[in-house]
Amino acid sequence: MNTQTSPQKKVIIIPCSGIGKAFGSISRDATYEVTENLRRDTTQTLCLALLVSGDQESLQLVRENKCITVDGCPLQCAEKNVRYAGGNLAGSLRAVDAYKENRHLKPRSVTFLDPDGQQMALKLAGRIAEKVDDVLEGQ
Amino acid sequence: MVEAQEKKVGIISCSGEERVEGTISRVATRLVLGKLRPNETVTICLPLFLAGGREEREFARDYPTITVDGCDKMCAKIATERYSGKPASSIVITDMLKEWHCPKLSSRRKLNDESLTVTGKVAQRIAEEVDEVLSRLV
Repeated sequence: MNTQTSPQKKVIIIPCSGIGKAFGSISRDATYEVTENLRRDTTQTLCLALLVSGDQESLQLVRENKCITVDGCPLQCAEKNVRYAGGNLAGSLRAVDAYKENRHLKPRSVTFLDPDGQQMALKLAGRIAEKVDDVLEGQ
Repeated sequence: MVEAQEKKVGIISCSGEERVEGTISRVATRLVLGKLRPNETVTICLPLFLAGGREEREFARDYPTITVDGCDKMCAKIATERYSGKPASSIVITDMLKEWHCPKLSSRRKLNDESLTVTGKVAQRIAEEVDEVLSRLV
């Protein structure tokens, strides 16, 4: 039996870059909550635009690590671009899923999240963290 | 195609999730779109160039564009040139911070007072670029 432990790989959380809708901001804020607080030792994020522009380090990162995408709208740019880059996609979440489960929240502000937006981001962050745990258990 | 009399400038911000300069570029872009030049500007999410269809990729052919990048990797400029068309103007936040002798800024998630002040100045610079680009269309 091989007793050597391999270096811990991180799960890459990639939010959409949505700039026009509150759900884009929520997907980013949820990603920060996971990578800076909830699962800071086992996750990191990546600029989606850097991946889209063909940056070699980013391509290597998404191909060698499990990725979870977090999209703000049905166009699912994050998921599509990770697939296009040949990334190791382990899960994809959408901000709208958190909305469906929390319809009493009405996030409106885009530039700076309002309290409903912040609350929804925390709900979404919880779902991302659960997905991270699932991914790491499966490794 | 956009009619000549419908003069709008497309502002394309980097997503820059990894860096505070990315947050500044997005928020400054939003300030221009929502407050400083709401009637003269439009935007598109950068990765839509790849994930989207022909309509999205023709964005820069329909509108003169200003790209706003957080760092010298210039993803917004590169992706716009690759998938849509050459931007009319390009702004790089790290260059502006050097020009203004700004200290290192922190907190990419929530901009602090210092970062918000810088963001306001960046937004003003973008608005001036919008005016310049529009003046060239006349």
